[in-house]
Amino acid sequence: MNKKKMLQLTCATLALFIGGGVTADEFTKQDLQRWQAEYMAAVKAGRDVFTDPKLGSNGIVCAQCHPNGANTHPETYPKFQKQLGKVAQMWEMVNWCIRNPLEGKDLAANDPRMTNMLAYIAHERRGKTLTPGKH
Amino acid sequence: MQRRNFLKGAGALLAGGVLPVSLVEVAFGKTKTENFTFAYISDSHIQQIKGNSFVRSFDRGLIRAVAECNMLDPKPDFVIYGGDLAQLGSKPEIDHGLEIMSACKHKVHYVLGEHDYYLDLGKYWQSQLGPHWYSFDHKGVHFVVLNSILVDDKWINKWSSGEERMGVMAGLDNPLGSPFMVGAAQRAWLKQDLNKVSKDTPLVIFSHSPLQKIYKGWNFWTDDAEQIQALLKPFSKVNVFYGHVHQIQYNQIGNISFHSVMATAWPWPYPSTYSQAGSHLPKLTVEMNRADPFFERDATGWQFIDVWSGNSTVQYQLPENNTRTVAFNTKSKRPEDKQYQSKGKRIPPQDHY
Repeated sequence: MNKKKMLQLTCATLALFIGGGVTADEFTKQDLQRWQAEYMAAVKAGRDVFTDPKLGSNGIVCAQCHPNGANTHPETYPKFQKQLGKVAQMWEMVNWCIRNPLEGKDLAANDPRMTNMLAYIAHERRGKTLTPGKH
Repeated sequence: MQRRNFLKGAGALLAGGVLPVSLVEVAFGKTKTENFTFAYISDSHIQQIKGNSFVRSFDRGLIRAVAECNMLDPKPDFVIYGGDLAQLGSKPEIDHGLEIMSACKHKVHYVLGEHDYYLDLGKYWQSQLGPHWYSFDHKGVHFVVLNSILVDDKWINKWSSGEERMGVMAGLDNPLGSPFMVGAAQRAWLKQDLNKVSKDTPLVIFSHSPLQKIYKGWNFWTDDAEQIQALLKPFSKVNVFYGHVHQIQYNQIGNISFHSVMATAWPWPYPSTYSQAGSHLPKLTVEMNRADPFFERDATGWQFIDVWSGNSTVQYQLPENNTRTVAFNTKSKRPEDKQYQSKGKRIPPQDHY
């Protein structure tokens, strides 16, 4: 069997298995609910990281300076950070805060805790217009 | 002392740097010779990490404030500490904070903050510092210290431990918290206390939370604020100074001038920047510059408060920012920023969003 045929067969099997034959780009209300619930679980987990005294080394939590994620401006990234001397993404500023006021160690950009925190921060700013580069 | 000389002294002091301490001149004593000054330090949030290690930057903020306070010329008659000496109200935090404060050469009157209170309901704080509310007279001025961070008993008793209760209240934005109030017992005491004071005696009231309603979600709020304001209404000159908010605020409600004092620990965003809830920052307030997170003392500045003829003139000395002066405008009868009050004169860093 050539590669193309094998892929077709796999896809067909998958479609039958998941949707009983419906095309792959249609999704249901149940799907939307599940995806929203997954997102909200990340937001909630992000709030937990945001208020976790163990994130850094000195017990300080993000929310101590940023109640409700205020003064974080996720809608303005990427933007030029004069103190870093370059255009930075939000996770780089989050790591700056972890290193400095929290006296902790950087998280990887794709660390689930970072993802969750960014979800929480963005959620607290939902509805705001994207203004990349704004100061 | 002449007011001019005092300002000159303050000018010399400013050359020394930016200081997380406020100096207040009270020039409205009943006789001409009774001008005096007091200093104001607030919100140090001394935080224990473990054993004898404490968060460095919060220690440094208070140490610096005390050092600058000791160098004030003229010497203040006394110092007010505006509350939240500790972060989680523990003995080690209160002890360590008081040890730093012990370097202060002047008499200190303490205000109780929620971070000092909710672990043991202020028991240890009281054993070291005395009653939670009190008044005193000094050179013709009546001073009142209130405990404005009380909540109802139902909330107090719903937690399994003092640690849990303190942990919840320590989170400014924790939705499980409860709105602050002065409460009926203390209001009755205040009424009685003020009955003994003639209506032309200048009043200076110290509270931890603002005795006005700004934003309930972060307790920039006192639930019975209107009732307290009503008790203060019959007096001709009333000034209220409060901590808690870690930012510049000022307001005028009837005869009462309100001024916040800044924190030595860290600044807070204005409630208007939380886009998911409405708030009521006093319309008079021109916001301070957004803090530079890369400079840990930024937006913790200091105020030189000149309470002259019963009205306050507040000069804010802010790192990397121009000096700000908020003075009572006798025509509009309210405090106004001398440079930035009109909208056309504001600068980009004052735009909080």
